[in-house]
Formats: sequence, C-alpha cells, structure tokens
Amino acid sequence: MSAHHRTAILFTVLLLLSAALFCLDLAVGSVAIPLRDVWAALTGGECPKATSKIVLDIRLIKAVVAVMAGAALSVSGLQMQTLFRNPLAGPYVLGISSGASLGVALMVLAGVSLPLGIAGAAWVGSALILVLIAAVGHRIKDIMVILILGMMFSSGVSAVVQILQYLSREEALKAFVIWTMGSLGDVTAGKLYILVPAVLTGLILAVVTVKPLNLLLFGEEYAVTMGLNVKKSRTLLFASTTLLAGTVTAFCGPIGFIGLAMPHVTRMLFADSDHRVLVPATILTGAVVMLVCDIVSKLFVLPVNAITALLGIPIVVWIVLRNK
Amino acid sequence: MIKLNDFSIGYGSRHLVEHADTAFPDGCLTALIGRNGAGKSTLLRALAGLNDRYSGEILIDERTLASMPRPDIARSLAFVTTERTRIARLRCADVVAAGRAPYTNWIGRMTDTDREAVASALKAVGMEAYADRTMDRMSDGECQRIMIARALAQATPVLLLDEPTSFLDMPNRYELCSLLSRLAHEEGKCIIFSTHELDIALRMCDSIALIDEPSLHCLPPASMIESGHIQRLFHTAAPDFDILRFLH
Repeated sequence: MSAHHRTAILFTVLLLLSAALFCLDLAVGSVAIPLRDVWAALTGGECPKATSKIVLDIRLIKAVVAVMAGAALSVSGLQMQTLFRNPLAGPYVLGISSGASLGVALMVLAGVSLPLGIAGAAWVGSALILVLIAAVGHRIKDIMVILILGMMFSSGVSAVVQILQYLSREEALKAFVIWTMGSLGDVTAGKLYILVPAVLTGLILAVVTVKPLNLLLFGEEYAVTMGLNVKKSRTLLFASTTLLAGTVTAFCGPIGFIGLAMPHVTRMLFADSDHRVLVPATILTGAVVMLVCDIVSKLFVLPVNAITALLGIPIVVWIVLRNK
Repeated sequence: MIKLNDFSIGYGSRHLVEHADTAFPDGCLTALIGRNGAGKSTLLRALAGLNDRYSGEILIDERTLASMPRPDIARSLAFVTTERTRIARLRCADVVAAGRAPYTNWIGRMTDTDREAVASALKAVGMEAYADRTMDRMSDGECQRIMIARALAQATPVLLLDEPTSFLDMPNRYELCSLLSRLAHEEGKCIIFSTHELDIALRMCDSIALIDEPSLHCLPPASMIESGHIQRLFHTAAPDFDILRFLH
C-alpha cells in the first residue's frame, strides 16, 4: 500500500467516523433518542415535537460546537508546535487559553454578558500572550524557556483572575466559575453566529498558511532563505490561532490537552509531517475526539474538561518519554 | 557572482571585517577560513541575507542584496546552516522539495520541472536511494547531504554553506568538496563554504577567503600560502608546530 493510498483511506475513514459520531452525539443524552427519530428531526420527518426540539435546539448546536472546538483547538496546537518548533506547544500550554481567560474574566466579572464582548476580550487576551511569547522567543531560542514562560504567564494570569474573583460580586463570580469548568453546552444559537464564522475564518487562514508551515519545519532561518516572508506568515498564523483558540475558550471555557495531543496523534496516524495533509487531518481528528469526549461526558454526566484531560495526559506523557 | 563594496561587519564593538572590496566569481569554489570566532558564520549569514547589521554593499549578480525581496533572494542564493536539521516523519524527497518553495504556488504544488529538480539534486549528492526514507533514522552525514540536496534543488547561481564538512568523516569530507568543486566548475555556480579543514581548503578550492581581522584576503591557494597570512594566523605557542608542514 503506497503512502498516497494510506492517506486517502485514512481521510475517508475519518470523514465517515466523524459523521457517525456526529449522529451518535445527537442521539446520546439525558433523554435517549433513537437514531431513527434523530434522523427524522434533522430531515423534518415525523417525530414527537419535544424530540425535534431537543435534537435541533440543544443537541445539534452542541454537536456543531464540539466539531468546531475540536478542530479549532487541534489546528491551533499544530500551528504552535510547528511555529515554535516545540512538540509540547499548544494553546493551553503556551498560555494562549489563559490570555483568553483573562479577557473573559474581565468581561464576565464586570457583568458584561454580550457574546461579542466576551469573544473580543478573549481574542485580545490570547493575541497579547502570543505576541509576548513571540517577542521573548525571538531573543531566546531555547524552547524550554518558551514553555516555562508560557507556564509563568498562565500562573500570572490565574493569580490576576483570582484577585478579580475575590473582588467581584456573587452572581458574576458564579457565572465565571461555571465558565472555567468548560462546557460545550453553554453556546446558544446567538453565540453560534460568532463562533462558527470566527472558527471558519481561523481554519481558512490555517489552510492558506500550509506552505509557510512546511517551510517553518526547517526553522525560521531556513524558511527565510527559501523565500518565506516570516513576518507576514507569523502574523497570519497568530491571527489564525487567536481566532481558533480564543473563540473556543471564550465560549466553551478553557479546554486542555486537545490542542497539544491531537497534532501528535495525527502525525503518527498519517506518518507524515507535510501540513498539506496535517491541517485537514487534524481538523478531522480533532472533531472526532471532541465528539467522543462529548458523548462520554454526556454518558457519565462529567465536565468535558475532565474527559479531555484524562484522554490527553497519557498522550502527553508518551510524547515526553519518547523524546528522551 | 557576489561582490562586496566597502563592506564592513562586526558585532558589539568588534570589527571583524572592515572596508572589504572583493568579488566571488561564478564557477569558482571559495573556502572561507579564519580562526574560531573570526566571523566566518557572521559573514556568511550577511551574504545569505540573514544579518543586515553591516555597512557597505553586497551585490548579487549586480543587484543590491538589501533591496531584493525575499523570494528573489531565494532564487539567487541557497544556504546550508550548521544547524542539525532532522525533521521526523518527512520523506527526504519532501525535504529536498522544500527547496522548490521559491518556484511553487501558494500551496506548494509540484510541477514536473520541480520533481525533476528534486530527483537530480538527490542524485547529485548520491542519495537517490533515500528519497522515501525519513531523517529520523539517518546518520548526521546523510542528513547533511539531504540538506545540501535541498539547497541544490533551489537552483540558485550562488550556494553558501556554513561548515558543511563538520559532521563528516575524512572520505566524506573529500567527497563533499569534490561535489562542490564539480558543481562550481560544471554548472558555473558561485560556491562559498566556511571550514576549519585547511588541507581541504588549500588542496581543493579555487580561491581562499581568509578573515584576518579586520581584513578579508581573497587569494588563490598557492598565493595564499606564499603570502604568509596562514602561517601567521594559525601560529601556535607550540614551538615545533609548523602549520604548513602539518598540512603536507
């Protein structure tokens, strides 16, 4: 079997798998709905009114959010790993999610509940952290330094958020604490109008930057000598990651490990480092895994954050051990 | 061809090269030599457009380097750094194909011309058999050759290499230098490489560029030996060490 065949087969399998999981995600929940009724509700066929309401107004939105969040976080992780040439980079590890959290905290604790306001604050927060990391990383090439700085930024942001929490009113505090637990289910149809276009724009930017990403595999200097405009590419990548990780964090809370783990799983699965394969592939693997996490979290009534961590940590441990 | 006009470079308060006027012609293999810290890498990086903290002018085929857009520079010169590059899960053919980046479209689609360039670059460094292998299970020397093939695939009139022989054993060093010499003579490329191997530089290159802070001497090997610069610069405190006798 040639490498080309393998890639084609994997893409087909992943596409079918994500479609199947998407339908399963609609069927699973506190009320079990047979797949037949799910299909009827989706296609406007005959089914009880309550069923159709649950499927279309609640579960469909949540499943779309799961697909978007999984794809967005995974692609963002892939971009960060290649850009910083660091296998342990990801939106969560580098503190990009924390930057977004700070933005959200400022908004929520100030009593702002406007979705665009929250998203905007998250974008600004994550972009700020990215620029900071890039500025420091430019001077210091050591990848460990960047990771440690990411962790320091996260801790610093957490401390600031704690102070904000301490000073804030009770209702606002409760809203914020619930947000930090991470949930795919808090997205209303209204928020979806911001989430979907923002994530899609981020993904389009990710597709546009596959050639720069492939050159950046060689490091910035080689990329420059092969004709890459590093400044422009980095700006596009930052914009993309800000939209992807920032938006998802704003609406679903900080979801860890997906962004870090999925690019590795995808590289291993496809046995390739070419971003022309990896970008679409991580979109699919990210969506598949997030749907699985959502289904599991519904079956056992657990926060999705906990599931992604339990699933992601073994993968991260494996990467660290293998790199030794 | 690379030309330097009143070229000065340094770092901090140190002036490595001052007011140099020299030319590296096409079809000529030049070895850049100098003591540790003399600024070989600094000079090469400036020529490659990676360091713009210099004064004076660098001309590449009559165009000022500083005014050339990145893609144009990438079509004029290729660079192989000292960095050990190993990219996991990327076939050697794809590594070499990255050198075609200045010629491919936004997504990097390869045309027949691009594929031919990749194949002939792999052949030139004797690595055709490695096209489908990945770098994670190859020796340093093999990875080095793949990175050189990548630079060749860039199809540039100028080729710069920073210590390309450092990972290689004796036979491989000679082989690499004869490859560079062949490329310079048969394809008319202007090739400059920095090295610590004085024997190879003096025996196999057409020209020697010696950084003798703050001058840059460019002479053919025989005249370079006659000039006495090498004996003076590579003189050591050891009384019975004669650099020239050591080389012969």
